[in-house]
Amino acid sequence: MTFAGWLQILIFCGIIVLLVNPLGGYMTRVYQGERTFLSFLLGPFERLLYRLAGTSEKEEQHWVGYAAAMLAFNLVGMLILYALQRFQASLPFNPAGMSAVDPQLAFNTAASFITNTNWQNYAGESTMSYLVQMAGLTVQNFMSAATGMALAIALVRGFARHSVKSVGNFWVDLTRSTLYVLLPLCVVLTIFYVFRGVPQTLGAYVEATTLEGARQTIAVGPVASQLAIKMLGTNGGGFFNANSAHPFENPDAISNLVQMVTIFAIGAALTNVFGRMVGNQRQGWAILAAMGVLFIAGVIVAYWAEAAGNPLLNQLGLTGGNMEGKEVRFGIPLSALFAVVTTDASCGAVNAMHDSFTALGGMIPMINMQLGEIIVGGVGAGLYGIFVFVIVAIFVSGLMVGRTPEYLGKKIEAKEVKMAMLAMLCLPLAMLGFAAVSVVLPSAVSSVANPGPHGFSEILYAFTSATANNGSAFAGLNGNTPWFNLTIGMAMLMGRFLVIVPALAIAGSLAAKKTVPASAGTFPTDGGLFVGLLVGVILIVGGLTFLPALALGPIVEHFAIAAGQTF
Amino acid sequence: MLKQLRPALVMIVVFTVLTGLAYPLAMTGIAGMLFPKQAAGSLVTENGKVIGSRLIGQNFTSDRYFHGRPSATTGADPSDPSKSIPEPYNAANSGGSNLGPSNPALIARVKGDMDKLKAENPGQPVPIDLVTTSGSGLDPDISPAAAYFQVPRVAKARGMSENDLHDLVAQNVQQPVFGVIGEPHVNVLALNRALDALAKK
Repeated sequence: MTFAGWLQILIFCGIIVLLVNPLGGYMTRVYQGERTFLSFLLGPFERLLYRLAGTSEKEEQHWVGYAAAMLAFNLVGMLILYALQRFQASLPFNPAGMSAVDPQLAFNTAASFITNTNWQNYAGESTMSYLVQMAGLTVQNFMSAATGMALAIALVRGFARHSVKSVGNFWVDLTRSTLYVLLPLCVVLTIFYVFRGVPQTLGAYVEATTLEGARQTIAVGPVASQLAIKMLGTNGGGFFNANSAHPFENPDAISNLVQMVTIFAIGAALTNVFGRMVGNQRQGWAILAAMGVLFIAGVIVAYWAEAAGNPLLNQLGLTGGNMEGKEVRFGIPLSALFAVVTTDASCGAVNAMHDSFTALGGMIPMINMQLGEIIVGGVGAGLYGIFVFVIVAIFVSGLMVGRTPEYLGKKIEAKEVKMAMLAMLCLPLAMLGFAAVSVVLPSAVSSVANPGPHGFSEILYAFTSATANNGSAFAGLNGNTPWFNLTIGMAMLMGRFLVIVPALAIAGSLAAKKTVPASAGTFPTDGGLFVGLLVGVILIVGGLTFLPALALGPIVEHFAIAAGQTF
Repeated sequence: MLKQLRPALVMIVVFTVLTGLAYPLAMTGIAGMLFPKQAAGSLVTENGKVIGSRLIGQNFTSDRYFHGRPSATTGADPSDPSKSIPEPYNAANSGGSNLGPSNPALIARVKGDMDKLKAENPGQPVPIDLVTTSGSGLDPDISPAAAYFQVPRVAKARGMSENDLHDLVAQNVQQPVFGVIGEPHVNVLALNRALDALAKK
């Protein structure tokens, strides 16, 4: 570990903290329908769209209606994306002549992109036409992000409102997330990325004759526009197979810094939106502080493990940390930091190959996802995800003092706790359940690239990443088989919708409650004690659930390597 | 649910046109106007012919050039397209080795590469980036140490002085931005073109 490495990590944290307040303020105005500097341009378009869709910004939905709208929109989106892939050969914008994507892979990819996961069982540059990349995948990058943001706002309204039946209008929240937040930022970011060297062209792949006279086919494409939303929307699906390790998808350390910042930006700012909407910004900062503690802990371990390197290689006389699967322009600190950021935030883009991380360095991304993607988390998803833990933490603290738990003046009762537990239990069910079945199926085991405990880690990582809607991988695993295409597809759908629906139920239930005034016995939820309690609950739930599985994978691999053993 | 069908269809159609077609196409137009070179892939041309991209590594094997890092990319086997074979620096199929830290294949590969490099420049420690594959398989850069390490071999193959080459490498080291962000590195294609230019003089 070096001073320069820590300084870069510090700079990153500083930028995020500085962004929270202004971006949070702007987004709050957007979701409350107030005028912003873009209203004169987008307002008329927005109203026209509502008229076409047969809704209006005045119309409010009950949580069930909100959920139905969200599910209908995602179902339609998934069907269209599936069809685009199946028919890409006969559609335009296909200069490389890609043929139809096979049905299981198309299902997997459609599930992957509507759930904001962007797990990729295909290599972009050799499978998908430009049309699918733009009109299919990029669209769902926007829509899945906007869906997540809408849901987070609905849940925040549940806390902020009282004695009402409605939680907002899904179509309005979806439209505003896209028009006022995602799209304008992406326009600026795209131009910036092209300036740094990311291609943005519809031209065919380039044929080059290298300095030594060999032929090299260089894949290009409309990369920058997809890259911008891939990071900002915490989608993570690469234009290229190597994702943000590819020099075209991440040309230098500056583009790398901007990518990491944009992964966290919206998720971190949403905590501030929450604080503003409930009328106390400290409530938002307390949530962000709990996320920050878990984030820093992950960075320390991952950076330390990667900087220490692989003992089996160090024995040969090599120094300088674990560079297998990493790019020289990023080095150890920026690769380790990126891995933590991308798995904390449910993004899943990678700038180094996680499969080649050291045993403990690769365990951190896995733990980040297993905790439920609540350390900043996916845009929107992180916020409604952490509220599930907040409710359990408040419940636990209520039990300790023998008082009905309350949060922001709302009594937390049986219904909320049941829904929170339902959301919390679905994740390990899909992560551990599918992984357990896979490791006893010979056809699934034959997909692993690395023998021994690392192979187990590859499978565990796959279902963890899918269920957490992250999308990064221990990419040695060949996921493009019927078994993995179907089960990983199902894990992604479970991890998304089995959390969203209970979260919306909580929102509806909270919005209907009366506010009780704070009294001397009220547990303050904007201070250090609450932050500590929340972090504790998250770690205890995660530890109890996942430690046994981690012991069979990365932990045993770490000790085996230390003893000089290979597999 | 049926009541939601109309808004669902309207929204997905409008947003597909807006974010899936208008946005990328407008961006392609604007990017092509503002930064035409980068938008096309930062291509490097010599005598009107494309010789590569500034950002994409090439598979240098001759002793007369500085080499990039090992690359784990693959390509289709010409004799059986359903199989893939190693094809280093295949810029149409990026990817890493994905070898785990406890995989004996990784250790054996690194050891083999180290033995070759040690024979080339005995007594010097082997820089780790010269024996590890990159994440993309297309890493255009090597560390300054990895460039200096290769100076004796290139000097011998070209009959040039080691001092001149040492200076050439030093001129081609790119420092971190503002001295902090990123790692010092050397772009191998740029270095080799500078090398050819120097040799011509």
